[in-house]
Amino acid sequence: MLTNTKDIQQVMKVVGTSPVRPDGVPKVTGQAQYGADYSLPGMLWAKILRSPHAHARILSVDTSKALALPGVKGIILGSDFPEHPFDYVGPERVAQNYWHMTRNIMAREKALFEGHAIAAVAATTAAIAAEAVSLIEVQYEVLPHCIDVEDAMKPDAPLLFEDMITRGVEPAPTKPSNISKRLEFSTGDIAAGFASADEVVEMSFKTAAVHQGYIEPHSCLARYGADGQCELWSASQGHFVVRAYTAKLVGMEIGNLLVHPAEIGGGFGGKTVVYVEPMAVLLSRKTGLPVKIMMGREDVFKSTGPTSGSSMTVKIGVKKDGTIVAAEGLFKFQAGAFPGSPVMNATMCAFAPYIIPNVKSVGFDVVSNRPKSAAYRAPGSPISAFAVESVLDVLAKKIGMDPLKMRLKNAVKAGSPTAWGPKHSHDGYAETIQALLDHPQYNKPLGKNQGRGVASGFWFNGGGESTASVHINEDGTVVIATGSMDVGGSRASMALMAAETLGVPYESVRSTVADTASIGYNHVTGGSRVTYATGIAVVEACNKVIEDLRLRASLMWDTDIKNVVWSDGYAKPVDPSVGNFEPLSLKAIAAKRGVTGGPIGYEASTNAGGQAPGFSTQFVDVEVDPETGHVKILQFVAAQDVGRAIHRDYCAGQIVGGVVQGIGWALNEEYIYDSKGRLSNAGFLDYRIPVASDLPMIEAILVEVPNPSHPFGVKGVGEANIVPPMAAIANAIENAVGRRMTELPMSPPRVLAAIDAG
Amino acid sequence: MSKHHVTTVINGDPVEFLCQPNTSLLDVLRNELNMTGTKEGCGTGDCGSCSVTLDGRLVCSCLVLGVEAQGKEIQTIEGMANGETLHVLQRKFLEHAALQCGICTPGFLIAARSLLERNNNPTEEEVRFWLAGNLCRCTGYNNIITAVLEAAREMRGA
Amino acid sequence: MMEMRFETPKTAEAASALIAATAGLSKIFSGGTDLMVHMRSGNIKPELVLDIKSIAEMNVIAVENGGYRVGAAVNCMQLLENTAFAAMWPGVIDGANLVGSIQVRGRATLGGNLCNASPGADTVPAMIAAGAIASIVGPNGRREVPVEQIPAGPGKTSLAKGELIVSFFLPERAPHSGDAYLRFTPRTEMDIAVVGVGLSLTLDDNGVCTHARVSLGAVADRALLVPEAAAALIGTTVDAVALANLAAAASAAARPIDDKRGTKAFRIKVAGVLARRAAEKALARAKGNN
Repeated sequence: MLTNTKDIQQVMKVVGTSPVRPDGVPKVTGQAQYGADYSLPGMLWAKILRSPHAHARILSVDTSKALALPGVKGIILGSDFPEHPFDYVGPERVAQNYWHMTRNIMAREKALFEGHAIAAVAATTAAIAAEAVSLIEVQYEVLPHCIDVEDAMKPDAPLLFEDMITRGVEPAPTKPSNISKRLEFSTGDIAAGFASADEVVEMSFKTAAVHQGYIEPHSCLARYGADGQCELWSASQGHFVVRAYTAKLVGMEIGNLLVHPAEIGGGFGGKTVVYVEPMAVLLSRKTGLPVKIMMGREDVFKSTGPTSGSSMTVKIGVKKDGTIVAAEGLFKFQAGAFPGSPVMNATMCAFAPYIIPNVKSVGFDVVSNRPKSAAYRAPGSPISAFAVESVLDVLAKKIGMDPLKMRLKNAVKAGSPTAWGPKHSHDGYAETIQALLDHPQYNKPLGKNQGRGVASGFWFNGGGESTASVHINEDGTVVIATGSMDVGGSRASMALMAAETLGVPYESVRSTVADTASIGYNHVTGGSRVTYATGIAVVEACNKVIEDLRLRASLMWDTDIKNVVWSDGYAKPVDPSVGNFEPLSLKAIAAKRGVTGGPIGYEASTNAGGQAPGFSTQFVDVEVDPETGHVKILQFVAAQDVGRAIHRDYCAGQIVGGVVQGIGWALNEEYIYDSKGRLSNAGFLDYRIPVASDLPMIEAILVEVPNPSHPFGVKGVGEANIVPPMAAIANAIENAVGRRMTELPMSPPRVLAAIDAG
Repeated sequence: MSKHHVTTVINGDPVEFLCQPNTSLLDVLRNELNMTGTKEGCGTGDCGSCSVTLDGRLVCSCLVLGVEAQGKEIQTIEGMANGETLHVLQRKFLEHAALQCGICTPGFLIAARSLLERNNNPTEEEVRFWLAGNLCRCTGYNNIITAVLEAAREMRGA
Repeated sequence: MMEMRFETPKTAEAASALIAATAGLSKIFSGGTDLMVHMRSGNIKPELVLDIKSIAEMNVIAVENGGYRVGAAVNCMQLLENTAFAAMWPGVIDGANLVGSIQVRGRATLGGNLCNASPGADTVPAMIAAGAIASIVGPNGRREVPVEQIPAGPGKTSLAKGELIVSFFLPERAPHSGDAYLRFTPRTEMDIAVVGVGLSLTLDDNGVCTHARVSLGAVADRALLVPEAAAALIGTTVDAVALANLAAAASAAARPIDDKRGTKAFRIKVAGVLARRAAEKALARAKGNN
């Protein structure tokens, strides 16, 4: 039975503290093994041939010279992968199409972006594999390309798929285009809404594609046996999802593929999909030897999914008193070479923090010659928020209202409507706004060329499938296992929740991540779902264990189970009348397990619902150099409703990390293409993520409005924090130098041009 | 291409290896010597994940040739702890949650140790500028900077 | 397979002879922070790589005739740590302190930075402004060349095959002298300069500028020495009018391109802004020195 948070004592013993994480020592000593750190005897190295063209028909591929090179053991092409029917499967917001996915892994008819994989070679050394790649001869018919979303939508744009007819339009168009889908969420009467407004602002915005920027390139090691059994070591955000995608893409039964969770060096959504795993598995099958693939940094930028670039128009109407009466958004998102941008998320999240009776939110998913987009931390929401939160700021100025107070006036709470149907079921947003209004620095005066900006953001957060097991060792210590990859300290959070539930010290709980053969299904570590859903599974498993511990104690005391309570880590008589029994520890009960029923352990699975969304409200102070357009972050305060912080420091760490990614997105990060559609900045030198000297200490405020659906009140924390920063910074720049930036990134040349334009 | 025979000292221990002249020290450490604590994030000196010290000098091992190790002393993350005893920086990183995914952590620890060997009382700004060559995408740097300052405080006995 | 030889000559003459004896491409491996990147990407496939870091005369930092002789293989960190040199040439130090990261500075050298000939190289403008002279060893013996004559275009130098720079001479400093290097980058560290300005000036006892050299980086196909910019300062007290003239001359001399690091218009404007700021910094240092 899950315990409602209302019934839990407010004073936690371990939940809410910040102990050292179980994987900490291996990570600070260099012993932890990430995706590229595994080797096996006889291992081959694989290198990948990638298209130098943004768009080209592949006329022929001749691998004969490469195969003849001594040391080369096998080569695969797209045709080595099984074909899949063209079909969108799964819920609309996260639908997959394996016909597309297999082609994203390796090209078939066409190269659809610079960096598209054409062939992969496995050889005895990396140098030989690289030389073999250079010996593969490919005949291309280079085609015109398009990258920018507006360019891709033009009627005469070069088509990536000659038969793509836009879905979601009635009647369906007769001509093909690059527009994969149109979607719309509407409520109320938008025309009447705007007619009733006192002030209306409509603005257009553009954002460039940005990459998740994880420091660890994609890597894996595959060993395919002659018996059809394959083991895979892979750094991912979800080894069960890796197993499912890889098995399907290479044509294996899921049960024949065992995926070991390597430690992961950052993902942020970009490692919830596969790139190298299917290639490594196929090469290992072909060669009969283990195969290791490690992407280089340039390949990561050129061939893995960044998030979408976009073109947006947002129109909002308010009354003089700040009430929002109407909101309209048009969101055009670049999906990359295959459909599946996060535009649906963006259209839904854009106005989600606000009670607005009349909404029309339209999205377009558009393909273009660039890698297929992959999830990036609250995918889609940061992009539409840039537009919406900027327009709200302009409106607040027009009516002379503090921008935080205007947000507070319209803030959703439990019971408020959404534009896509269901009502909000949780409070928390207003509390994040109030946390900033109450902040001592919020009204601190600023100097010349300095400005303060605010913005808010929303993210759905996820629930879904998780499984956890809890076992009591012979000496009373505890082992817990889940299938949730640990990206940021979740082993510690699971141990804290288990320790709190069982009433034992944190140090007595070993917290592990098990492979796909050793634990039940777990969905990805993403969507801000792990502390929530996997935590639920952990607590449920612990509660099953507690029931069994009570039973064992009752047998040891020869009394009825209803006379035994579990309290503070001990089985105790419910009252003295039961008998003069000393409390029994886990150790004592485990010692007698042989005569009370054997090993003590349980697994619990959940398909968790009831998750609460993430809300974050932030303010930032900037200083703009009016002669160079350089923007310096002076102070950044981010409040987020986390429900209840299980591990306080790791919780705060998520907020700071997401904010800093948002700062990079706001100021410097972008994909820069040349006239041939090739990426000019495929490295960390010119793809500029923030460095330590760019930043002050970021302040994270943990607002706690518990979610009653989780035993400890948890709300997912990972993502909502990246939604507001870009608009907050744009709003701050406006206050600093009186210029409204509508294009991301707000790099120095753009800011200076805006200042000089007057 | 024939391999060179290199004799060097790594973390105080004598080490010999063979490598081709165009192999980086990073690749030698990871692939010849199985010392995978030093990480490749970019291979071009832009991220600092491969940081080691070479004759006491903080460098990116992806920008050093393996053959250059001849006759020199190299320190990697594997040599930072003293048996069971963690270096104070390693302890502070753990205590202050200065890692999330941990892939940048070995590079930061080597770089931070190099700073504190030269300046045992750095300001926050000095720490940030010294560590600007180490990219972190997860933490936003807050806790890393705090951990380094706290380690410096403990090392000073303050 | 790329065949590559790696040699560690002990003298500059030996290095020069090795290059002469090699038919294919030879590359000097100084700090390696640029060469390693070129080799990894396949842009450069040398037949011979020469590690010159064991050559004694390339590793000196020594007072010479009141000025300084600095070996071409001295790395940036060594230079920064030499407090006496840093006191005489803080502008050169400004540049050396901005190359890459601490890790890169632990390897990158003045010789390598100059001969890699990236127009945005951070140590070059201040060296040009300092009036540094490069000492070169080659098949025809030794020669001296002002450093501004070394870069000949992106990735190209004026050195003949078999020539290598062994050291730099920076002249004695007159009293009331100061130098500075400023650059514009989007981030505070780690970026290649979008614009760089190196500036050195000398004042007389009345605070009038008697000598100046101004060099711009990243705004042309090579670092520029801009006499017109210097002329805007000479004979003035480096007041607001002179600074405005300096800025205008710097912007006028800039002939940049649009690229992934900056637009033409931006670079032209910021060249003027940074020239003025560099002059203010050099002036403050000149007034602090007696």
